[in-house]
Amino acid sequence: MFDFLEGYDLLGAFWVTVQLTVLSGIGSLVLGTVLAAMRVSPVPLMRSFGTVYVNVVRNIPLTVIIVFSSLGLADVFGMTLGAADDFEAKYFRLAVFGLSAYTAAFVCEAVRSGINTVPVGQAEAARAIGLSFTQVLSNVVLPQAFRSVVGPLTNVLIALTKNTTVAAAIGVAEAALLMKEMIENEAQLVLISAIFAFGFVVLTLPTGLILGWVGKRVAVKR
Amino acid sequence: MTSVLYDAPGPRAKRRNIVYTAVFLVLLALGIWWVLSVMADHGQLEWSLWKPFTQSAAWTTYLLPGLANTLKAAALAMVIALPLGAIFGIARLSDHRSVRVPAGVVVEFFRAIPVLLLMLFANELYSRYTNISSDLRPLYAVVTGLVLYNASVLAEVVRAGILSLPKGQSEAAKAIGLRKGQTMTSILLPQSVTAMLPALVSQLVVIVKDTALGGAVLAFAELLNARSTLSAFYANVIPSFVVVALIYIVLNLILTTFASWLERRLRRAKKSSGAVLTAPGGAEEPVAEPGVGKNDDGRAV
Repeated sequence: MFDFLEGYDLLGAFWVTVQLTVLSGIGSLVLGTVLAAMRVSPVPLMRSFGTVYVNVVRNIPLTVIIVFSSLGLADVFGMTLGAADDFEAKYFRLAVFGLSAYTAAFVCEAVRSGINTVPVGQAEAARAIGLSFTQVLSNVVLPQAFRSVVGPLTNVLIALTKNTTVAAAIGVAEAALLMKEMIENEAQLVLISAIFAFGFVVLTLPTGLILGWVGKRVAVKR
Repeated sequence: MTSVLYDAPGPRAKRRNIVYTAVFLVLLALGIWWVLSVMADHGQLEWSLWKPFTQSAAWTTYLLPGLANTLKAAALAMVIALPLGAIFGIARLSDHRSVRVPAGVVVEFFRAIPVLLLMLFANELYSRYTNISSDLRPLYAVVTGLVLYNASVLAEVVRAGILSLPKGQSEAAKAIGLRKGQTMTSILLPQSVTAMLPALVSQLVVIVKDTALGGAVLAFAELLNARSTLSAFYANVIPSFVVVALIYIVLNLILTTFASWLERRLRRAKKSSGAVLTAPGGAEEPVAEPGVGKNDDGRAV
């Protein structure tokens, strides 16, 4: 029944999806946290930079960003992110770059909403004992914010997992591209689609369940 | 904006902030200068590449038809997905297990799948089993994919909207002898609609952004796709990307501004007795901002 699967690297394609998710997840977490820190900082210019970045990036379709990384950054400007000759690696890295830049805006908003859940008294107490802005943020506010923000960040991560399929638009050999190839060449349309859908359910469902459990455990009880 | 994260700056802090501002300004200027110089090196600042956008031909031949298709697909998807989402959202609240559970499974299933997979599936399905012409097929496929995904997202919005109403509403409806169907259609739904409006408009932003997928993968002639035909003609890759991105930004900013205006208005008007919903399930939504330093009235973020 499943002999049509022969010749296709199903697990390999989903492995690329997982790699895209993990690498862009790390990239966007770092960038998003920096942006969130900028958006609450005492320096007005940094605040406006953070606001502009988030509002610009959030309103551009991810597809436009990914296609631009390929046609604009790579083809016109020749930015190949250290993989000029290796096409596979080049487009993979460009996809990670695009996904990180896009997802960072959502991470920033999630972290900032987490900062908003920290009671005012925490920051006031921290300031009262003489901590500076960076100390207030890194020792008091952010640790509590991250604990309350696991839930929203999980939603961002699940959305990111699904968004990695957009990399198919620039030919990264991940799950959606393989599905496109398979349904064009094989007869079993519904079965193949169901397999890929199942693959994404398998990727996103445990993420939601595990991180949901983690989120409940680490949340600050108030 | 005052924030509780730092004190009102004194003389030293003011000096320090000025130093930080200067350093950041220099970095920012360096960044912008670098971007511009890279663009200049590759000849992307030439006026001849930007000039088409000041003339009507580029707009009437390429961009506006593309934008029209984007809006058409988004509007169709929203109009079809909304009733479907309402049906599934209400079905998830049913008293009958046999209705509630399957509806829940369907909603959770379609929410877990990337919308691109749904579009690819619909496209292939239509090309095999229907005689929709190949010009129209991308539109049908894009709308189908968007409807399947967004109906399940909207189902959650509708469910949350109805659940946000006070219990007294349905109890009072029962007390005056309304049936379950009557309670839903004449008491609960009308009130929850006002609560859901901002969330629905925000979802429209997500839909508009997702139409671009159809342009890149299924050759649906929307804005992003119009950009590639445009830049094939004028040979202006970077300028065309900048203009198209700006169109998306303006369009979506109008929608989000409208959504937050609606939300503020509804909060003030208090027509409905429930809470006003902002973000439907996904991470794609703008987050409401009570703010540490602002009035922290404990509203859910």
